[in-house]
Amino acid sequence: MTHWLITPIVIPAVLAALIVLAARFHLRLQRVFSLTGSLLVLAIAAGLFWQASDGTILLYQLGDWQAPFGIVLVGDRLSTLMILLAALIAPLILLYAIGSGWDTRGRHFHALFQFQMMGIMGAFLTGDAFNLFVFFEVLLIASYGLMLHSGGTARYRAGLQYMLYNLLGSTLFLFALGTLYAETGTLNMADLAVRLSTPGIEHTAGLRVASVLLLMVFAVKAALLPLHFWLPSSYAEAPGPVAALFAVMTKIGAYGIIRFYTLVFPPDLTVTQGLFDTWLLPAALMTLALGMIGVLGTRRLDRTVAFAVIGSMGMLLASVAVFTPEGIAAALYYAVHSTFATAALFLIVDVVRDRRGAHAAKLEAAPTFPGGALVAGLFFVSAIAMTGLPPLSGFLGKLMILEAATAGPLVWWVWGVVLTSSLLAVVGFSRAGSTVFWKSHQVDEAHASTVEDPEDQQGADEPHDPPAHEPALPMVAIGGFIALLVAMTVLAGPLTRYLNATTAQLFDPAPYIATVLETPGKKIEYHGDGHGQDDAHDDAHVTAEDAATKTQKESH
Amino acid sequence: MELLVASAVGVLTAAGVYLVLRLRTFPVIIGTSLLSYAVNIFLFATGRLAVNQAPILRDGVETYTDPLPQALVLTAIVISFGMTAVVVMIALGSYLSANDDHVNQREEGQPDSGRVDEPDAPRPGDGATREALQ
Repeated sequence: MTHWLITPIVIPAVLAALIVLAARFHLRLQRVFSLTGSLLVLAIAAGLFWQASDGTILLYQLGDWQAPFGIVLVGDRLSTLMILLAALIAPLILLYAIGSGWDTRGRHFHALFQFQMMGIMGAFLTGDAFNLFVFFEVLLIASYGLMLHSGGTARYRAGLQYMLYNLLGSTLFLFALGTLYAETGTLNMADLAVRLSTPGIEHTAGLRVASVLLLMVFAVKAALLPLHFWLPSSYAEAPGPVAALFAVMTKIGAYGIIRFYTLVFPPDLTVTQGLFDTWLLPAALMTLALGMIGVLGTRRLDRTVAFAVIGSMGMLLASVAVFTPEGIAAALYYAVHSTFATAALFLIVDVVRDRRGAHAAKLEAAPTFPGGALVAGLFFVSAIAMTGLPPLSGFLGKLMILEAATAGPLVWWVWGVVLTSSLLAVVGFSRAGSTVFWKSHQVDEAHASTVEDPEDQQGADEPHDPPAHEPALPMVAIGGFIALLVAMTVLAGPLTRYLNATTAQLFDPAPYIATVLETPGKKIEYHGDGHGQDDAHDDAHVTAEDAATKTQKESH
Repeated sequence: MELLVASAVGVLTAAGVYLVLRLRTFPVIIGTSLLSYAVNIFLFATGRLAVNQAPILRDGVETYTDPLPQALVLTAIVISFGMTAVVVMIALGSYLSANDDHVNQREEGQPDSGRVDEPDAPRPGDGATREALQ
C-alpha cells in the first residue's frame, strides 16, 4: 500500500504545526514553508489525478484497518479532481497574500491557511461519513481564524454570524449522522451504499429524515436559498485572499451532495423520492435568481461578488438537481470554472479596496488609482467569466447546464431563470465595473477643475498614499487565475471528456464499493447498473460471508 | 431509560433552539452549547440503549453495548468544546470592538449594511480586543 493518498492531508498538517511552533516569529520562513508545501501538495495532487484518471480507485486504509471498521481515504476521479482544484488555487492565493502583505496584518496566517488546506483535502478524500464531519470541523475552525485575520469591527461581527451559523450546521450534521447510524449501523460510505441498496431493507422514515438532514447540511455549506444568509457578509468582510480560498468551500457542499446522493442515497431509492425534483431544483433556481438580483442590488463591490457566488452555486446545484450524468458533468465543469472566477474576482476586489482608500469597495465614483487600467482589465475579464459571457469558460459551462436541463423536469423554468439571471448578472457587473473604473475619470476631471482654487483639495476624496512601487505578485496571482480560466476554455474538450468519465464512474458505484469493502475472503456483490432516472430499484445483495461479518452489529 | 434519554434530547434541543433565536450573543452561545449536549446524548443513544453491558465483544457474552457511538460522542464532545471556546472568544472580540453584543447586523442610520468605516483604522476597543484574544 502506498501512502501517497494521505500526503495531501499530512503535509499541510505537519507544516501548520511546524509554522506555528518553530517559525512563529519568522515571517520569511513561514512564507517559504507555506509556499513550498502548497507546491508540493499541488505536485502530489497532480500525480494522484493522473493515477485516478484511467478509472483506478485509489484506496488508503488508515492504520491498515479493513473498511467498515477503520477509516478509509478513497481517491476516485471526483475526489482527485477536487483536490487538484484546491491544490491549484492554494499557491496562487498564497502568492497574493504574500505580495499584498495580508500575511503581515495579523498573526498565524500561514498556519491557519495550511490547517484549512488540510481540512479541505481531507473532506474531499475521506470515504467515511463521520470522518467527513471531522474534516469539516477542521476546515471550519481554521476558516474562523482566517476570516477574522487582522480584525476590525465589521469583520468580527460578520465572523461571529458566520461561526454561529456553521455551529448550527455542524450540530445538524451530527444529528444526520446519528440518525443514519441508528438506521444502518455503519458510517462508511461504501458500506452505507450496500446496506441501503439491499433489497430487503426497510426504507424507514428515519432513513428519509437522515437523507433530508444531510441534504440540508450540504445546502448550508453550498449556500442554498433558505440557508444562504451566512455567505454575503462573511465573504464580503473576509480578507481578500481568504475570501478567494472560501471559493472552494462552497464547492465542498456541492461535492458532498454529489458524493452522497450518487453513492449512498441515489435518487431511485424510495427514501429519496422527490428530493431532487420537488425540493433541490426549485431551491437551486431560487438561489440563482436571488444571487443575481443581489448582484444588481448591492452597493459594494465585495458584496456584488459574494452574491455572484450565491448565484453560481444556484446554477451549479440546478444542474446537479437534474441528476443525469450530463447534468453532473456540467455541474462539475461549472464548479471548477466558478472557483477560479470567484477567486480571481475576490482578489481583484481586494486590490480595489486597498487602493481606493476611504472609498474602499463602495460602488461610487472615486478618483483613479495607480494601476487602475490593469485592474480594470482584469476585472473585465473575470466578470465576463463569472457572468458566463463568451468566449470564456463560464459560457461553455452555462451552455452545458442548459443542454443538460432538457433531460430533467422544469426545463422551461431552468432555461428561463438561467438566461434571465445571466442578463441580471451582466447588468449588475457592468454597473459595478463602470462605476468603479470608468466614472473615476470623470471624478478626476471634476477634481482637476476645482483644484485650481487656492484652497487645497487634497482631502478625503484623495486615496491614501499610493505604495511606492506596485507589487507584482498580486497581479501575477490574479493573472494566474485568469490563465486557468483561459486554459479551461481552450481545453474544454478534453476536460469535458474527463468529466463525463468522472460521472460515469459516479453513476456506477460498484467498483468503488468493491475497492473499499472487498478483501481476500470477502466478496461484496453490488448489482447495480447505474442510477438512471427510470431505473428499477437496484437489486444489490450481500453475500453470506459478508453478512456473517456484519451480524455482530445487529446482534445487540 | 428510553423516556429519560428521549426527553433529555427533546428538552435540550427545544431550549437550545429557543436560545439560539435570541438577539444577543450570550444566550445564543448557551443555546449552541445546549444543542451540542442534545446531539451528544442523541449520538450516544444511536447504538441502542443497553444498560450494564460490556462494550466489547467477548466469547460467551450474549448482549453487549455498541462501542462505536461512544467513540463518536467523544469526538463530538471534544469538537464542540473547542468550538464553544472559539465562539466565546470571537463573541468577546466582537463585543469589545463594537461595544455591542447583538448578533444581527445593525443597519439603522446607514444605507449600507456592514462596514462603518475603514476596516483597518484603529479604534478604541482594538487594543483590548487584541489583548483579550492572545
